[in-house]
Amino acid sequence: MEITAIYYLIPSLIMFCCGVYGFITRKNMIAMLISLELMLNAVDVNFVVFNRFLFPEQMEGMFFTLFAIAIAAAETALAIAIIINIFRATKNVDVRGLNEMKF
Amino acid sequence: MDYSQFLAMKQEIGLLIVFLLVFLYDTFMPRRSLRALPGFAAVLMLVLTVGDILCSCMHSTSVTAFAGMYETSAVISAIKNVLNVGVFIVLIQSVKWANSEPMEYRRGEFYELLLVTLFGMYLMISARHFLLFIIGLEAASLPLAAMVALDKNRYESHEAAVKYMLTAVFSSAVFMMGLSFVYGLTGSLYFENIYFALTNQFSFMLVMAVAFVIAGIGFKLSLVPFHLWTADVYQGAPTSVTSYLSVISKGAAAFAFLVILAQVFGSVYSRVWEWMLYALIILTITIGNLFAIRQRNMKRFLAFSSVSQAGYIMLGVIAFNTMGVAAMIYYILVYVFSNLAAFGVIGAIENATGKVSMEDYRGLYKTNPRLSFAMMLAMFSLAGIPPFAGFFSKFFIFTSALNQESTAIYVLVLIALINTIISLYYYLLVVKAMFISEDDCQIAWFRSSCTERLGMWIAVAGILLLGIVSCVYNHLLDISSVSGLAAYFV
Repeated sequence: MEITAIYYLIPSLIMFCCGVYGFITRKNMIAMLISLELMLNAVDVNFVVFNRFLFPEQMEGMFFTLFAIAIAAAETALAIAIIINIFRATKNVDVRGLNEMKF
Repeated sequence: MDYSQFLAMKQEIGLLIVFLLVFLYDTFMPRRSLRALPGFAAVLMLVLTVGDILCSCMHSTSVTAFAGMYETSAVISAIKNVLNVGVFIVLIQSVKWANSEPMEYRRGEFYELLLVTLFGMYLMISARHFLLFIIGLEAASLPLAAMVALDKNRYESHEAAVKYMLTAVFSSAVFMMGLSFVYGLTGSLYFENIYFALTNQFSFMLVMAVAFVIAGIGFKLSLVPFHLWTADVYQGAPTSVTSYLSVISKGAAAFAFLVILAQVFGSVYSRVWEWMLYALIILTITIGNLFAIRQRNMKRFLAFSSVSQAGYIMLGVIAFNTMGVAAMIYYILVYVFSNLAAFGVIGAIENATGKVSMEDYRGLYKTNPRLSFAMMLAMFSLAGIPPFAGFFSKFFIFTSALNQESTAIYVLVLIALINTIISLYYYLLVVKAMFISEDDCQIAWFRSSCTERLGMWIAVAGILLLGIVSCVYNHLLDISSVSGLAAYFV
């Protein structure tokens, strides 16, 4: 059996949809962050697969992935820092507790 | 590699020097002289602004560098100058807040983060390759989350920061997913190559890609239905950060949006994204206005007003002609002055008394006539009452959209006009509270600090003069008709 691009693209699409679903339904902020990470990784897989299977003569997609990984790490670090601040203030990381300001 | 290419990035290098000077000052100067840091940063920003404006007046040719990844031209330096002017006003308005007691140990961080985000916005505007664009976008949005969380002792600040951070990461993930589709379709991340590869193409994947990209930047611009973070973040963030977020960040994102839609997806304008943007504009203007009516907190009120203003700015994109570019930059410039005048007044009152509710503004005219006068001018300009600048900016942006000459656009402009009348109602609610209410005012007379007054004077002068001094708009029209963007409009 030959492994074609579609064998990578379907899992990455499922990963992205799982990420969106998790981001919307999870109540714990850390779990939301993990869902976001799933979405970002799905993007990385997409770029690498397109580069490898469709345009192997140039490395643009691979380089984009390298930068995207670094950016995702920075995003996670900052988000964790802010969530720790929230935890210090409320002793809780439940997203339902964040309802001081609404409408 | 040819290192002289870096000379094309004059404005970025200037900003980097300002950042380094502020950083070194903050790190190495003795503690007692740090109170001068806000003034130091403002003076440096003024020098940079004046230098950039003179530089772009003397010679402004279109230059590309780094194999076409970076581009600068007269229009691009014009929008960067607009951002610089806005940042200068924000900096002088924030001096008193930055020197307050709880900010003592975090003063430097505010200025450093602010300058880094401005640098990111510069890259976003100048990028002609999606890798550089993403780096600029993240550099512009990640430090902003830290700035929103700067007020460590207030719980609202943290809540706002979490909401901003999670939506920002979500939107950039969606945006990058769209980019990966674009890459799969065209095999390149250069704007120019994508433009040519997409000519005569139409597929479901392309529609998805464009929708994801529009959604990703729509979050940054807070277009409805991606606006839900706006009001909470604006309310929770420190007022100086809110004013920065509402004018500078929005202006940069709007121009970058225009560049992407014209230079990347310009060849599929009528097939793919015209109707998407059409629906977004109607939703943004209408829902922004309707929600603004019921707000009682001044910062939330201005948040929803800025949502609907973003809808008006988008009219310059859907116009899809060179006049649209000029009208959009002009609109952003006027919006910078009007919104910063309003935020200047709110910030001054908050610094002196801690009050931000519209009920507290009742009868403000009796105790603080000058502040209420500045607020009135800002509201008139935001609502678009002649002869203030806001009227002319709305006039030009409607005219540019009408040049499209299709029935759908006529209907769109009509809806926008009706919404202007609705917006007049809630802007005048503030004026009514200040001038007509008979109650005794909750806010006693106070004298705002001299930097706050300077900021308000500059903003008010902008509101009064920009509409009358026609050379500004004419200059923008001249440079945008010869810019590289003009080639992309059909």
